[in-house]
Amino acid sequence: MENQKPIIATASLAGCFGCHMSLLDIDDRILNLIELVEFDKSPINDLKKFTRHCDIGIIEGGCCNSENIHMLKEFRKNCRILISVGECAIMGGLPALRNGIPIRECIEEAYWQSPSVKGHNPEMILPNDQELPMLLDRIYHCHEIVKIDYFLPGCPPRADLLYDALVSIITGTEMKLPYEVIKFD
Amino acid sequence: MKPPIPEITDELEIGEQVYQVTMVEIVHGIIKKYGSNPTRLMDILIDIQSEFRYIPPLVLAEISKELNISNIDIEQTISFYHFFSTTPTGKYTVYLNNSAVAYMMGREEVAQTFEREVGCKFGEVSADGMIGLFSTSCIGMSDQEPAALINGKLFTRLTPFRVKEIVRDLKALKHIDEIIVEGLGDGANALPEVHSMVQNNIRKKGPILADGYKAGEALKKIVKMKPDDVIAEVKASNIRGRGGAGFPTGMKWEICRNSPGDEKYIFCNADEGEPGTFKDRVILTEYPKMLMEGMALAGYAVGAKEGILYVRHEYGYLQKHLEKVIEGGRKKNYLGKNICGREDFDFDIRIQFGAGSYVCGEESALIESAEGKRGEPRDRPPFPVESGYLGKPTIVNNVETLCSIVKVIVHGAQWYRSMGTKESSGTKVVSISGDCKYPGVYEIEWGFSVNDVLEMIGASDVQAVQVGGPSGTLIAPNEFNRTLSYTDLSTGGSIIIFGKHRDLLKDVVLNFTNFFIDESCGSCSTCRNIPIHLRTKLEKILNARGVDKDIQEMLEWAKILKASRCGLGQTAANPIVSSIKNFRPLYDQKIQHGKDFDSSFDMLKAVQESCDAVSRVPHVH
Ligand SMILES: Cc1cc2nc3c(=O)[nH]c(=O)nc-3n(C[C@H](O)[C@H](O)[C@H](O)COP(=O)(O)O)c2cc1C
Ligand code: SF4
Ligand code: SF4
Repeated sequence: MENQKPIIATASLAGCFGCHMSLLDIDDRILNLIELVEFDKSPINDLKKFTRHCDIGIIEGGCCNSENIHMLKEFRKNCRILISVGECAIMGGLPALRNGIPIRECIEEAYWQSPSVKGHNPEMILPNDQELPMLLDRIYHCHEIVKIDYFLPGCPPRADLLYDALVSIITGTEMKLPYEVIKFD
Repeated sequence: MKPPIPEITDELEIGEQVYQVTMVEIVHGIIKKYGSNPTRLMDILIDIQSEFRYIPPLVLAEISKELNISNIDIEQTISFYHFFSTTPTGKYTVYLNNSAVAYMMGREEVAQTFEREVGCKFGEVSADGMIGLFSTSCIGMSDQEPAALINGKLFTRLTPFRVKEIVRDLKALKHIDEIIVEGLGDGANALPEVHSMVQNNIRKKGPILADGYKAGEALKKIVKMKPDDVIAEVKASNIRGRGGAGFPTGMKWEICRNSPGDEKYIFCNADEGEPGTFKDRVILTEYPKMLMEGMALAGYAVGAKEGILYVRHEYGYLQKHLEKVIEGGRKKNYLGKNICGREDFDFDIRIQFGAGSYVCGEESALIESAEGKRGEPRDRPPFPVESGYLGKPTIVNNVETLCSIVKVIVHGAQWYRSMGTKESSGTKVVSISGDCKYPGVYEIEWGFSVNDVLEMIGASDVQAVQVGGPSGTLIAPNEFNRTLSYTDLSTGGSIIIFGKHRDLLKDVVLNFTNFFIDESCGSCSTCRNIPIHLRTKLEKILNARGVDKDIQEMLEWAKILKASRCGLGQTAANPIVSSIKNFRPLYDQKIQHGKDFDSSFDMLKAVQESCDAVSRVPHVH
């Protein structure tokens, strides 16, 4: 890493982008970060494909469909260090509320029953185009699918936590984890 | 069975007359029997369940009205206990034990025969509503497995052949008491009021189980003593609780005596839910007088006038027997008013039955349950000795503890201390089951080594011994020289032997882990969640998908369980942790070496349901 800046990639799987927002919430320190790193595939720069091997992959959100699984595996292949960021990536988060409810019921609720669609889908269509990702039977935590190196908890993790973690990894220093940072009630 | 219509539902026989009564009338009758007292909700629900073989949802409103408690209060109690059901469970309800020992003794074949003969799966009721098949946790018959409860009656040592006979009789609508048994059990099991095929299997008697017990001897002695002196004698004996936790009994009594309050209660804990334990059942059968004398003694010592004998639902077949003993005790003036002629000594006992829940054996959960609520352990402090039943100072003692104290009083603390070891005085009644020649109940002095035990029970080719039930320790032959005592291998009484041919991880560790998952009350997020993750990992390892890191993670996660509120959660990882510690090669044989991660994820399986839902062919690459 000495001669060249470390490269970071990020992805949002079954998440709300709140974790990405938190990353942007580091205020002017984002300028420091830009000094320290380069970004590859990420919604931040809208790069859709990996252009090179990366040092750090940041994953927001768990896996709710087949596309999430492919993306996560892609990240594992292309990143030296992979970090699960936020409740959704680590434990499923809000999307995991559907765990335990039969998929058929979820789909019917989404396309037939919920107030915004009720009466607007007279042919009772359920999306089944081969192009669409397939829903998984439940939300999977990222570490159930690939090996994850670090976990940063929170919903979203505080900007400080994200920033400090990145700086620690990049500079190879030990991270300070004061009680306030990992206390959630 | 068609759900009974709310109007005419039953025939009530009074003398020669047969009356048609409505469901509501029956429910009212039951509620009245318990004085419309909301703290007796358990008894009310138990009676309703046994009357209709389920709790019809439409009676909830009646109960709610009569007891002046909310529907939700009733529903949460109902939903907590295994033996309450809001859907019909069949005219005959079969509960087949699913403990590790039951499987070892042939449960699988017995279960299959039930399913074939009855024509439905476990968890279902036959199409004609006649017979319901259900699984249940250990029912306290480990020395005579496989065993099942059918409408409260016990059927032990089941074989596929016996199951066929039983189902044939059930289909012929025989009364449960007419269904043939090979013969009645020994001792009091053969009394008309018990009429059970259960065997005591008492293999070794010590001072507690000795013949020649004279009822009332201890009581006659203490009425001449000051309560403080009784407590001093108990303290001097160094006796510690026999229910598992091992708290010094004298100290418990002293704290309770000194707790302010004029109403105090004595609970005898006969919940005996730890798989592999059945010694309290034998004491309840053969030595109930001694037990009740012990309760009265405790009452005298701490100043309590009421005792509650909390008995697990599975031992309901002993109800008439126990009631008769209480009645007899009153006649002899060992219970009731002015006991043994002492003016200020009143004490009486009522029996409280549970409804199927292991955690109710935890003392504060036991009290909650006896108050008619869900059996959820309380936060402590305050401890029951300060604030227990109905908020009053309460003593909870195990069946065997109370019996031992009767002997301490009769023969003196000095005598008692001469048995056992320095820290663990006296004897211990243990329940031994599994792969050995002579399963049953043994009373031994503390200080016996595991080797001594194995020799005594005729066990050879032993692979492992589980001491103290699933929450105890699984030990390997290199530790068989360890001793049973509070300072080494502590046990509430269960010892299970596993022969060389057993698959320890699958047949034992997985079964025990499932037991804790089934029995968690769900209050603590640790106890509600972590055992499930541990099971997932264990299954992954059993399916040859595990890696070394899975073992490490299990050990790490197990530590978090220690933050749980009660002993159930705190020990729920013990089967896994102690088997990793003592049987590591079994794990190492199953994991994949040279691989640091394995996702056991299967895409095709994971998308099948959603693809089916929208009629789509999964494409996985
Ligand atoms: C989950 C759980 C189950 C228990 N089950 C029983 C039981 O069935 N019988 C029993 O006597 N003690 C049981 N105990 C221990 C009781 O909480 C309590 O310590 C005991 O009844 C006190 O009596 P003793 O001091 O005479 O042993 C259990 C504890 C826990 C945590
Ligand atoms: S953890 Fe919270 S902020 Fe992050 S993706 Fe999930 S819901 Fe959004
Ligand atoms: S540890 Fe388990 S059983 Fe005990 S109180 Fe907590 S959730 Fe209930």
